[in-house]
Amino acid sequence: MAQAKNKGAGAVMVVGGGVAGVQAALDLTELGYYVYLVEKSAAIGGAMAQLDKTFPTNDCSL
Amino acid sequence: MEAGRSPNIEILSNADFLGLDGKAGDFTAKVRLRPRYIDADKCTACGLCTKYCPRHLVDEYNEGLALTRPIHIDYPQAVPATYFIDPDACMHLQHGTCKICVPVCRSKAIDFDQKAETRQINVGAVIMSPGFGRVPEEALTKYSYGDHPDVVTSLEFERLLNPSGPFMGEVRCISDKRHPKNIAFIQCVGSRDLGCNNGYCSSVCCMYAIKEAMVAKEHDPDCEITVYYMDMRTQGKDFDAARTRAEEQFGIKFVRAKVADVMPWERQLKLTYATMDGKHHFEGYDMVVLSVGLDSPADAKNLAKTGAFDLNHYDFCKTSTFAPLASSHDGVLVAGAFQGPKDIPESVTQSSAAAGLVSGLIKKQRGKGVVTKTYPDEQAVAEDDEVRIGVFVCHCGINIAGVVDVAKVANYAGEMEDVTYYAESLYSCSQDAQEVLKQRIKEHRLNRVVIAACSPRTHEPLFQETLKDAGLNRSLFEMVNIRDHCSWVHANEPAAATDKSMDLVRMGVAKARNIKPLPEQTVPVTTKALVLGGGIAGMTAALNMADQGFQTYIVEKNGQLGGQLLKQHYTLQGDKVADLVKDVTGKIKKNKLIEVFTDADLSAVNGFVGNFTSTITVGKKETSVDHGIIVVATGGKYHQPETVLGAKLPDSKAIVTQNELEKQLAGKGKTRAPKSAVMIQCAGSRGDDLAYCSKTCCNDAVKNALKIKEINSASQVVVLYREMRTYGYAEDAYREAREKGVIFIPYAKDQMPKIDKKGAKAEVSFHDPILLEDVTIAPDQVILSVGIVPEDTEDISKLLKIPINADRFFLEAHVKLRPVEMPVAGVYVCGLAHAPKPLDEIIVQAQAAAAKAAIPLVKGYVSVEPTVSNVDKDACIGCGLCESLCPYKAIQIHKIDKKRKAETIVASCKGCGICASHCPTFAISMGGFTDEQITAQIKAFGEMREE
Repeated sequence: MAQAKNKGAGAVMVVGGGVAGVQAALDLTELGYYVYLVEKSAAIGGAMAQLDKTFPTNDCSL
Repeated sequence: MEAGRSPNIEILSNADFLGLDGKAGDFTAKVRLRPRYIDADKCTACGLCTKYCPRHLVDEYNEGLALTRPIHIDYPQAVPATYFIDPDACMHLQHGTCKICVPVCRSKAIDFDQKAETRQINVGAVIMSPGFGRVPEEALTKYSYGDHPDVVTSLEFERLLNPSGPFMGEVRCISDKRHPKNIAFIQCVGSRDLGCNNGYCSSVCCMYAIKEAMVAKEHDPDCEITVYYMDMRTQGKDFDAARTRAEEQFGIKFVRAKVADVMPWERQLKLTYATMDGKHHFEGYDMVVLSVGLDSPADAKNLAKTGAFDLNHYDFCKTSTFAPLASSHDGVLVAGAFQGPKDIPESVTQSSAAAGLVSGLIKKQRGKGVVTKTYPDEQAVAEDDEVRIGVFVCHCGINIAGVVDVAKVANYAGEMEDVTYYAESLYSCSQDAQEVLKQRIKEHRLNRVVIAACSPRTHEPLFQETLKDAGLNRSLFEMVNIRDHCSWVHANEPAAATDKSMDLVRMGVAKARNIKPLPEQTVPVTTKALVLGGGIAGMTAALNMADQGFQTYIVEKNGQLGGQLLKQHYTLQGDKVADLVKDVTGKIKKNKLIEVFTDADLSAVNGFVGNFTSTITVGKKETSVDHGIIVVATGGKYHQPETVLGAKLPDSKAIVTQNELEKQLAGKGKTRAPKSAVMIQCAGSRGDDLAYCSKTCCNDAVKNALKIKEINSASQVVVLYREMRTYGYAEDAYREAREKGVIFIPYAKDQMPKIDKKGAKAEVSFHDPILLEDVTIAPDQVILSVGIVPEDTEDISKLLKIPINADRFFLEAHVKLRPVEMPVAGVYVCGLAHAPKPLDEIIVQAQAAAAKAAIPLVKGYVSVEPTVSNVDKDACIGCGLCESLCPYKAIQIHKIDKKRKAETIVASCKGCGICASHCPTFAISMGGFTDEQITAQIKAFGEMREE
């Protein structure tokens, strides 16, 4: 995954890899930008990854 | 998660954001990557290292309720799926001993020589989404949290409910592992609490408490659950309905009371609470759940310093009502809970909105940094070519091989007809296994691939990608799930699990014989947008589309832009609405990419995503426009209720609505503020004319009450309410209103106030639950907080074939994850047409809709999944059943040579198969799931194996 190349101003940094950060990152790539997703813990997902089911669809949160 | 696979997202996990220099459009960010001590390229996430690691560590992921080891992964689906070593707990990193994991790891991934690395990264913009923090300890300890193990936080309770949690999804007391027979939830822990400087409402706790209570009831229907609350703030779309369900269907008790304390009491916990009438009560519980609020992130101050932006007085990111996602630093945006406590759908909406804003900000750089993957030319596979199937059976470490005899399954597959190659693989999803797969496809000229491993939901895209890399059409692939369906569910019956695996593989091979390559289709897109509605939602969406470089039409039915905003004067935060209207309409006028049609009607819409043609009618003039997407922002309006508080509303000039009062207060007259006023909340809502909560009326009441007090501090204002839903920071204003002498008196649904006409005045009688007396007041004015209704949604629903809910608001594609998209591709929704919401939320939602809508326009094409329906024109009798059933407007009847025939609009088709399953002449087949393939699979199931 590691890519040393610098993507310049066409890139965006997203600080925080919870559901908000991941969604922002996904949308940014679809809109034509390269994303650096910075997460302080070892994996992305944030608090949502700890949830069991979510209202109202009872979907699994992962 | 998808993010892990995108070639354009680089995940820097275990990393710290250390600095930001430069300016919007050209920042240099500094990031430190802490070592994982495990080589991510080599780690296969087999889990052997955790098994051998000798030391225990409290598992933070399970809220400290379980144990893990210093070398671990939080959960199996984690992205990146690489284990890591906690340096503070590892015996080798702390004391230079141990290193047991190094020889254990078969892929030699453990590397204790890894060092921290600092990177300077050039970016155009930054989005801050660090989430939320935990409320202070003192907010918890006053309820004996920490003193008694059965007092848990709602997050801990969430883990208890989770099948991957500490008791495998069983709710048990932490103290003695018994199943609790009664549970109490305490709301507003660490929220609406000045004691810990969290004066705001966290907005999410009422709803999650209801969800947790319902799930707990599903686990154990005999468990009694009581929720102690101040106000149940279930103001979101369809939230009240969930609360009613919790009460009526699940028998969950809701008690309005303030909990004084929780004390250990024999085997139980004694909860002391005071009800409205001032009486104290005691109750014993097996378990107490504290509904903890969302605090600002622990490192908020540091982040603000690093990113050079301001925080508000609660240490969340400071923003404004009219630009809710812009931090004080140009080019640094904020999304999610760091902007203010909020739930998942709102966080997701903000994220899309922030992405769209960034896209407008640095549009000149669009596409310059992205990596586009190229694939070799696809090898042609013709109908009469020899079928050459390759079968790969995965061990998944010990996940499958620990139960299923993988070698036996693979050898069995090898004996099957048309199977040219078969193999076992330790981890078929690992990077090196993909290389092997590619080589084998080429060496053995395979033209069908069957992988017997885990779930296609998670891994099918990975293998299909490898097929493409090998020059094979990705549809020439079949996945057999022998992990979930065999080794997991039959963990204790290895022989039977192996038999079942063999059966499933036989069926997979049978299907594979019949699979055909499916075309990868793309449909070109008209890169223009049409926004229906010129209120603040529509204008915001249009401006954002234009900022991103797309020509946009606004269709407004009134003579001028502005919508409901024209009726408003000031916001709860004190902003002047006229400023916003002037600013936005001015920008629209100046923008050359936006064309506005006023007094206009959208009279016809034809086509599909990327290729709509619409007719805009102004008077007698019709204009035809082509556009790729539609944003529906048709708005709403104040409801004029006929039934208020369960009775017909008397006709009196002394009775006005909040909006009428706002206009009066914004005027110049000296006597514009009534000397005495009674405000009535939920007038016509939540059971009267309207079933739902309109989310904004409590804020409006507080706003106007404060305005009255500002004009004349001697005025007497009484607010009669069911629940004050001043969620988020609006709680501050609610508190301020009480401090300034506004009297708030709750009423119950079964004891509603009464409004009567008395001469020129109106008289209000109600029961005061604190004085325990009936009171009658005849104020100068009675002010009704009326709800919001959507405008014309039924007509538009028919025109665009998009669904509306029971309350006549548009129904989004997925409440949580796709909150601004409609099930019909290319149609987006925002503003009051979606649900009632305050101004700042409307603005964000409109920005989000514009971001989502821009995606197909940026690409310039819509890609079509190969699995779409296909009509056999000869067999089709043109009955139209498919057209009427399709939820996506993706199959239509056309006249071909004077005969009615169905036709699939591949760009809109989601491949659900409803049309195929209902077609009376079997004329419709689904790519990848044809009758032929499924029949072959079923036949193979019936074939006996020779032992």
